[in-house]
Amino acid sequence: MMADNALIAPILIPLLGALLAFLLRRWARPIGLLTMLMLVIALAGLVPGLLETGSRALAIGGWDAPLGVGLRLDGLSLAMLLMTAAVGLAISLYSAVYFSGQPRLVASFWPLWLLLLTGLNALFLATDIFNLYVTLEILGLAAVALAALAGGAEALVAAMRYLLVSLLGSLAYLLGVALLYHAYGTVDLILLSERIAPAPAAWAALGLMSAGLLLKTALFPLHFWLPAAHASAAAPVSALLSALVVKGSFYLLLRLWLELFGGLAGVASILFGLLGAAAVLWGSLQALIQSRLKLLIAYSTVAQIGYLFLAFPLAIGAATTAWTGALYLAVSHGLAKAAMFLAAGNLLRFGGHDRIADLDRVVQRLPLSIAAFALAGVSIMGLPPSGGFIGKWLLLEAALDQGQWGWAIVILLGGVLAATYVFKVLGYAFTQSEHPHQAKPVPALMEWVAFGLAVAAVLLGLIVAPLLALLGLGDPFGAHPMAARP
Amino acid sequence: MSVAILYALTGAGLFVIGLHALILRAHLLRKILGFNVMGSGVFLVLAALARRTPSGIPDPVPQAMVITGIVVAIAATALALSLMLRVAAVTGRAELGAAGACHEDGDTEQGERP
Repeated sequence: MMADNALIAPILIPLLGALLAFLLRRWARPIGLLTMLMLVIALAGLVPGLLETGSRALAIGGWDAPLGVGLRLDGLSLAMLLMTAAVGLAISLYSAVYFSGQPRLVASFWPLWLLLLTGLNALFLATDIFNLYVTLEILGLAAVALAALAGGAEALVAAMRYLLVSLLGSLAYLLGVALLYHAYGTVDLILLSERIAPAPAAWAALGLMSAGLLLKTALFPLHFWLPAAHASAAAPVSALLSALVVKGSFYLLLRLWLELFGGLAGVASILFGLLGAAAVLWGSLQALIQSRLKLLIAYSTVAQIGYLFLAFPLAIGAATTAWTGALYLAVSHGLAKAAMFLAAGNLLRFGGHDRIADLDRVVQRLPLSIAAFALAGVSIMGLPPSGGFIGKWLLLEAALDQGQWGWAIVILLGGVLAATYVFKVLGYAFTQSEHPHQAKPVPALMEWVAFGLAVAAVLLGLIVAPLLALLGLGDPFGAHPMAARP
Repeated sequence: MSVAILYALTGAGLFVIGLHALILRAHLLRKILGFNVMGSGVFLVLAALARRTPSGIPDPVPQAMVITGIVVAIAATALALSLMLRVAAVTGRAELGAAGACHEDGDTEQGERP
């Protein structure tokens, strides 16, 4: 593997941006936007090299595995990085307008948001389970601070609960790290994947680390903290929490499964699948009965997270199909859910409330935002030709190939329920409310950003071949991908 | 070796005690203290189970991890305490009580407040 200093760019750029935005508070917004732009350029620069080599690695400062901090890029991490950058760019543009006129919020938002990107990008690149713990904490603390930014009792209490849950999850994960280090004498994923064996220490680590990460990913029934935290935050923060932050801990769990635990945890895989199925049904039903739009979208996230976990039991027999399906769903959910929360932010700004029943003919008054919500809904429901459709199709294929009809029924039923709650909102958007209200103008950029994200979520379904090729780079879903690599 | 196991079991005990406080105590300060006790438990496990190299010198890697972990725990505690003060200032109670329930009357957007 060649030493590849470019790999550090996705971590260093937002970190420097965060520090600068914190120090030069008055320039926080231009610094933030410039940082985001540089991040996108740096990531685009990583792609050609990866297409040639399949995977790239870097031992920072020349210190190798047992002691040093290693970074590695393969198709799986690149897909997550690109999704984060795309959603991040949209959220940055939206926030640049959304927070204008509130200098205190501007000065707090940008350093925290860039720090969150630092943690997330480092999480996607890190190769040792202790550094992954550190990135998980950077991500969690930045996310909580952003969630608390909105102020007000509801947001503060939700952020406090989010913080305690997040810390509990991290400590459980760290205890697992301690056990693995004790048993196998390393925290490096590559070395661990060679040494791990079915033994009590591995089982205990699996239980602790999975429990911690499931809590952070908000898989049913550990989702109790999510709806309030995601729904009470400011619109761009809701979008980044739902689209990006939960994907961070999901990615980590997926990585652990691919490298360490997949071979020794058939029962746990099936348990994840059952909890995922329960999440799909429970989250969708809860979304259906919500009267506030942002809570509806937050419960929809609970349901969509459930889909990601259906891949765990399906991967036992059809690894590549199931994992690419889950990844496809994760990426398209990132785009679509960000679009939904930003569109909901526009409706809130417009009407001053997000009561679904009182959406007053918004389809004529904010057509672009409603179109964004509807298009994002197409991807969430899994209708062709959206990205969500491809993801669900791959999961269905994995289920039907193995004759596992139960999972297939859950996948289809979740789509029907999603259609019901999306159309419930659209129905009220067309009708006149009994309580007409004063409307505030919504900046055009905020509408276009939401619309652009939703269009991207649908377009994902049209670029299947290149995206699948990209995901397969470095063969992240192989049986023992790390051991097999030179 | 048996001493190491004793320390590790003590660490696990601290983890459980802290977990108990974090989940069952209502007051936020007790929850934050519970988190810190849990953290100390994990650090004790890390330090106790550290391997000794063949020459008898303790492995420095877990010690580095404990130091990093302490830094993270301090940052997290600082954030938790300041958030607790904000919660207490706004709701009048340092608890995750009824104010955490999602109100159906979402008349104002939190983010719009100056």
